[in-house]
Amino acid sequence: MSLVELHAIHKSFGALEVLKGIDLSIDEGQVIALIGKSGSGKSTLLRTINGLEAIDDGVIMVGGKKISERDTDLLALRLQVGMVFQQFNLFPHYTALENVMLSPQVVKKQSKPEAREIAEEMLTKVGLADKMMHYPDQLSGGQQQRVAIARALAMKPKVLLCDEVTSALDPELVNEVLAVVRQLAEEGMTLVMVTHEMRFAREVCDKLVFMHQGRIHETGDPEEVFANPKTPELSSFVGGLA
Amino acid sequence: MAYKFDFGAIVPHWELLVDGMILTTELTVIGAVVGVGLGIMGAWARASRAPVISQIVGVYVELIRNTPFLVQLFFIFFGLPALGVKLSEFQAAVLAMIVNLGAYSTEIIRAGILAIPQGQIEAAQSLAMNRVQIFRYVVLLPALKKIWPALSSQIVIVMLGSSVCSQIAAEELTFGANYIQAINFRAFEVYFVVTGLYLAMSILLRMGLKVLGNFLFERRRHV
Ligand SMILES: Nc1ncnc2c1ncn2[C@@H]1O[C@H](COP(=O)(O)OP(=O)(O)OP(=O)(O)O)[C@@H](O)[C@H]1O
Ligand SMILES: [Mg+2]
Repeated sequence: MSLVELHAIHKSFGALEVLKGIDLSIDEGQVIALIGKSGSGKSTLLRTINGLEAIDDGVIMVGGKKISERDTDLLALRLQVGMVFQQFNLFPHYTALENVMLSPQVVKKQSKPEAREIAEEMLTKVGLADKMMHYPDQLSGGQQQRVAIARALAMKPKVLLCDEVTSALDPELVNEVLAVVRQLAEEGMTLVMVTHEMRFAREVCDKLVFMHQGRIHETGDPEEVFANPKTPELSSFVGGLA
Repeated sequence: MAYKFDFGAIVPHWELLVDGMILTTELTVIGAVVGVGLGIMGAWARASRAPVISQIVGVYVELIRNTPFLVQLFFIFFGLPALGVKLSEFQAAVLAMIVNLGAYSTEIIRAGILAIPQGQIEAAQSLAMNRVQIFRYVVLLPALKKIWPALSSQIVIVMLGSSVCSQIAAEELTFGANYIQAINFRAFEVYFVVTGLYLAMSILLRMGLKVLGNFLFERRRHV
């Protein structure tokens, strides 16, 4: 059984139909790269998976259970599905450690020592053991993004959604974040990532999903798809990047 | 004949001024604490997705911001007894200040809430926090920090505005001044001194609010 299943997801913003019937299943341990042109609906799709955008039609199932729009369902969904954003979105009034500890404490009602232990473990994992007491504005973009990853991981999600997590970074900071994502993938974390890092997608991901005009246009094994794009849209997209 | 100043004529009545200042301070502290609390709830209601509550709060805010404080005070003190709500001078004064500051601070705090980047709220949502948790842990403190100077000014305005509570015989500072000049006819001296006292209280209040702000928003490690 898949961890997350999407059936016939439709989503419009006013007259603009952004998702035109998306079917996608996310299996445990799978690392999925979501690629496509700007405006093709990649972010919108990720956001619907996490309930940040309400869908107009279709079904989202998590762990075999259908998610409705009720708040309790959304919270249950988000306990399973974490998300990391392009803009880090750390809470500026908390230290790195506090950012990571907050949700385990207030949502999962963990005790402070418990939450702290997990937070320290996660921050160490992303290579920030020495920055735990820093505030976000005292950290570089790459460090902030790694705190954001640690913060999502501390909730022990089953799936982690990553929306262009390196796009807001200076080029020299991209690799430190990609290294963390790569490590997560190797540890078996289920990941869905929107990315423009094609080489990374090819090396790390085991499924490639190409979105075009609100539809999944082509999908398959990254190596094969890159070597042998079946549709002209994908070959021009891949060609345009090279 | 030139007017001869006689500040000494106030001295026998100094206790009235001190009592007045104490009452003004009490009115201000209670009014500010409860009023800002009301403002926080009002701002939350305005920013929430519940349209009916948001509109009710909106009507309250506009009603208060577009009518004179003195009329609000009279309404509470002289008008409400018709509905069986009979308040003492002090109770009426404090309630009027709470209601007044509640409305103004609702708008001020709402501006602070709207200035919080949407991404932070979405991050909190994606961490499975509910609305109350997001407001309490993610939104409130940074929002207050952004508007603290404006909120502080509004609290000072309310403190100064408390002088009209003398009109319902709440025995605050201005009431004391009116009383003294009515028996010693030393209007200039009395109001000169009282002006100085209000000025001193404003400065102290501003300083106090600044210290409180530093305490609230200072980078304190919570763990
Ligand atoms: N909240 C919104 N309101 C209105 N239109 C929106 C909204 N969010 C996205 N859109 C529109 O939906 C379309 C798809 O947007 P989306 O952000 O999903 O694209 P994307 O594939 O992530 O693009 P990019 O690579 O630039 O991030 C775009 O045309 C965008 O302008
Ligand atoms: Mg996007």
